[in-house]
Parts: sequence; C-alpha cells; structure tokens
Amino acid sequence: MVAASASPQARPIHPLHAVLVAGAFPLFLGGLLADIAYARSFQVQWLNFAAWLIAGAMVFTGLALAWSLLEVIRSAFRDRRTLLGFLLLAAMFILGLLDSFSHARDAWGAMPSGLVLSVVVTALAAVALWLGVLAPRRGAEP
Amino acid sequence: MRRPALLLAAAAALLAACGDAEPERYGPDPNLPEPQRGVLPTMKIAEPAPWGSQRPVAPDGYVVTAIATGLGIPRQTLVLPNGDILVAEGRGGGAPALRPKDFIANVIKAKGNTSVKSGNRLTLLRDADGDGTYEGRSVFAASLNAPYGLALVGGQLYVANQDSLVRFAYSPGQTRAIAPPVKVTDLPSQINHHWTKSLAASADGRFLYVGIGSNSNITERGMAAEVDRAMVWEVDAATGAHRPYATGLRNPTALAVQPGTGQLWAVVNERDEIGPNLVPDYLTFVRDGGFYGWPYSYWGQNVDRRAQPQDPKKVAAAIRPDYSLGAHVAALGLAFSGPGMGPRFAEGAFVGEHGSWNRSPPSGYKVVFVPFRNGRPAGPPVDFLTGFRGGDGKTRGRPVGVTVDPRGALIVADDLANTVWRITPARSAPAAQVSGSVSSS
Repeated sequence: MVAASASPQARPIHPLHAVLVAGAFPLFLGGLLADIAYARSFQVQWLNFAAWLIAGAMVFTGLALAWSLLEVIRSAFRDRRTLLGFLLLAAMFILGLLDSFSHARDAWGAMPSGLVLSVVVTALAAVALWLGVLAPRRGAEP
Repeated sequence: MRRPALLLAAAAALLAACGDAEPERYGPDPNLPEPQRGVLPTMKIAEPAPWGSQRPVAPDGYVVTAIATGLGIPRQTLVLPNGDILVAEGRGGGAPALRPKDFIANVIKAKGNTSVKSGNRLTLLRDADGDGTYEGRSVFAASLNAPYGLALVGGQLYVANQDSLVRFAYSPGQTRAIAPPVKVTDLPSQINHHWTKSLAASADGRFLYVGIGSNSNITERGMAAEVDRAMVWEVDAATGAHRPYATGLRNPTALAVQPGTGQLWAVVNERDEIGPNLVPDYLTFVRDGGFYGWPYSYWGQNVDRRAQPQDPKKVAAAIRPDYSLGAHVAALGLAFSGPGMGPRFAEGAFVGEHGSWNRSPPSGYKVVFVPFRNGRPAGPPVDFLTGFRGGDGKTRGRPVGVTVDPRGALIVADDLANTVWRITPARSAPAAQVSGSVSSS
C-alpha cells in the first residue's frame, strides 16, 4: 500500500503492527470463552487455558503498545487517531495485567474478577482491532 | 539476586495494603480475620546466609551444638534405642508448572531454599562415648526416593519415601542396612505437589500412620488430582493394607503418637493466599474417621469459596483443630517431650516451623514448645529455638523435623544449612530413664 496523502492520519498501519494489534483479540477472546467454560463447569483446566491465552494476548498487546508509543512520539502527539490507538492499547495492557493477576489466583479465587476483566479487555481488543486495522482510514482510499 | 522477590513483595504489600499484618493468633480459639487477597500474593522469601560463628538460640540453660553438617537436605530424624540418630535426607515433588504463575512463583520460592542436591538416603550418626559429639557417621541406606517419615517398630525400620512405604530389618548397633528395602505399600505420588510423607507407628506397633498432603493449595489442580490426598492413612504393618484414617487435613507434615494415651497427633499446614493471618497451621489430635475441612472449609465451618463446587455437608462435618500455631508458620516437625528435656519443657510438644513465604512480616523460622496439661495443649507456645532468621533479615537455617532423645536432647533437622542441631540442658543428666522403643518423627 502507498500512502495516498501527506497527512499523517492517512498513513496506513504497518503490517507487523497490524498483526500485533489483531493478534491480541482472538487470544483475549479465547481467554474469555475459557473463563465462561470454567464458570459453567468448575473444570479447572479451563482456567489454565484462560491464563495462558491471556498471557499470550499480553505479549501481543505489550509489543503493540510499545510500537504504538513510538508512533505517538514520532507524530509528536498530533495524530489523534494514533493517540487514541495508543490509549486503547494502554488500557488493554493495564486491564490485561490485572486479568492475568486474577487468573494467578487459585481455583475459584480467580472468579468473578477474572471473568469481568476478560469481558472488558476483550471488548477493548475488539475496538482496538476495528480502529487500528479494519476501519477505513480517511484519505487512505484514492 | 533477591531483588525481584523483594520488589514483588513490596509491590504486593503496597497493592494489597496488607503490609501491616496483625500479630499472630495462637491456641484453641484463634481470631480469624476475613479472607483477603491483594492483586498479587504477598511473597517474602528467606534470604539465605551461612551461620558463620552464629548458632540458633536456645533458652538459658540449654546448649546448642551442630552434630552433623554437609548433609543432603535433612528433613526428619529418628533416635534409635541405642542413641544413634537416623537422618532422612532428600527433596521430592517436582510437580509440573501448570500456569504462568507457577513458573514465576517456583523461581522466587527456590531462592529461599537450599540448592544442595537431594540426598535420597538415610544417614546414621553415632556418639559412641556419650560425650555429645557424634563422631560416627555412615550411610545407612541410599538410593531412596525422597525419604521423609521414619518409625521403628521392634526390629523393623519403616521409611516413608515420597512414593512408597518401605521397611528395613534393623537390629541395635547396626550402621547400615543389610538388605534392600521391602515395600510395604505404594503411597499416592501422582503430581506430588505436597510430596512429604510423614509417618508414625501406633503404640502397639500394629499400624502405621502416613500423612499425605494435598496436590494443590486449594484444588487448583482439579479435584481428580485430590483422590487419596490430604489425609492420613492407617496402614496395617503386617499386610500393607490401608484405609483413610482421617481426611480433610491439607498437609499433615508430621505425625506423633502421644506417650501414655497412644493418641495420634499431627501438625498440619493450612492453605495460602487469603491473608497474612489465614489460615492458621495447627496442631491437633487426629480423630479416627474425622474430617478436618480441606478444601471446603477451614478451622471448622469457615467456608473457602475458592473450592467449587461447594459441599455444605462436608463443611457441616468439619472438625475444628485443637491448637493454632499461627498462619503460614509451616510446621514440619512434631515431637512429644519427656522429663529428659528439663522441668520447663517436660510436658508438651516441640514443633519445628520451617517459616513462611506468603506473609509479611514472616512467621515461623523457629522451634516452639507447646505446653500440655492432662494430655491437652495448655497455654501459648513458647519459643524454644530461634535465631534462624536474623535481625538483619537474613535466614541462616530453616527447621524441619524435631525429635526428642529420651536421654535429654532435642534433635532438629535444618534443611537450609543442611545441618542437624542438638539442644541439651546445660547440666546434662546421665543417661537414666529411657522410655519406650517406638519413637516417631
């Protein structure tokens, strides 16, 4: 893809950054589904799955956040969309970390906070995916 | 080195706002606060340091000597009828890490333990001339699998490995086993989260009691992993047949038969991660057929919501233990005292407390004496051996098994310094009344 405009808003997301942002969503979603399975069945293996899926999501989120921070700095904090993306990723990272800590509690100690945080952070990941990767960018089309 | 752990502890204390822990609660009716858990569990890990010229501190009128050093993780000891001391050495467990948490916690906790290789053997110590120096030392048996509990019944020496109960033929004076061990029965060893198998023999020697710890803190490995766990088995010494004697005991790390009454007593390590003063580790008389709460409830009917699905019937049936030793002290040793220990410490039980990881400030790291009257605990615990954790925050030793030598000595295994300590009344009375040949760890 070639940037169609000189405006920084129009610059498309780097493919690798897109992978990082997009990768967090299915992992957080998997964690949420595993949490629901645990809450319904008390089968603790679901909680183990959730813990690892969220840990994986945190790797993607952390790298995406670092990348986003560099872009914010590069755009000198002027690009609203870049800034919004960064804030979303920061919120995902903080809540995802709290979710990880919740999942580090033993057995039902992880509940209900783990499930609630998984819902919130999955929703944030979906928004970040839409805004950062999927939504058409103004000026990006010819 | 210890920085990550300390940082984590500091962060946890900050986040959990539980840095200002209330004083420990002891005795038959401890005050139990509400369960609480911060964002991170409180972790304060022992920072090992060598003893150097220092020694554990005993009460006035008692002398402390190191009778064996350089051992391979000594855990429990047994005083034989001729005065020889057997030391069970080894490290078991190795439960696989299941969650991201386990990898991190394992690295942090390992910093507070010895890095010495597991001995997997029994070492025999002998003081032939009775001068208090154990100049004789031999390997009684090697190639065992994390031996822990020891008991002598007549001419049979029973050893509880982490996966089986075995016996050796023993005659007084022997310094090494003359034949390979004979298996009495297999013991539950899948996963082996709590791997130590404690052991005591009934007064008549017909039965052996084996303490088997749970496979998790609070069922986080699933209930299927808890079959035959968190209980005391009664094993028929002649046939090896077993039955659950008492259940719901999360980690019964030491068993002892009370002299005179023949009752079975245990120290039990309770669950973690619900606060600095929950749940108290305890000393209790173990009732035949009794259920002591784990995992559904603690200290009687206090429900632990982490164990799901819950079981109100089991909660209703849960027995309150007899005596709180304080939360997270990690009681690993139990021995009933006798007249040889001097009048102040003659009636009661010694308890070795390995020390906490899930508490700030730390608790345990000492040997206490629980006074008894009329066969029951009476009064607060008295510090008997301290100084394992110095004022400088460094930990020089961690007591495990305690054994009373009827000649008038307490034997304490220290699995951090890999040392066996012997504490005697200063004016040591000559070997006089030697009572009973069945001693237990």
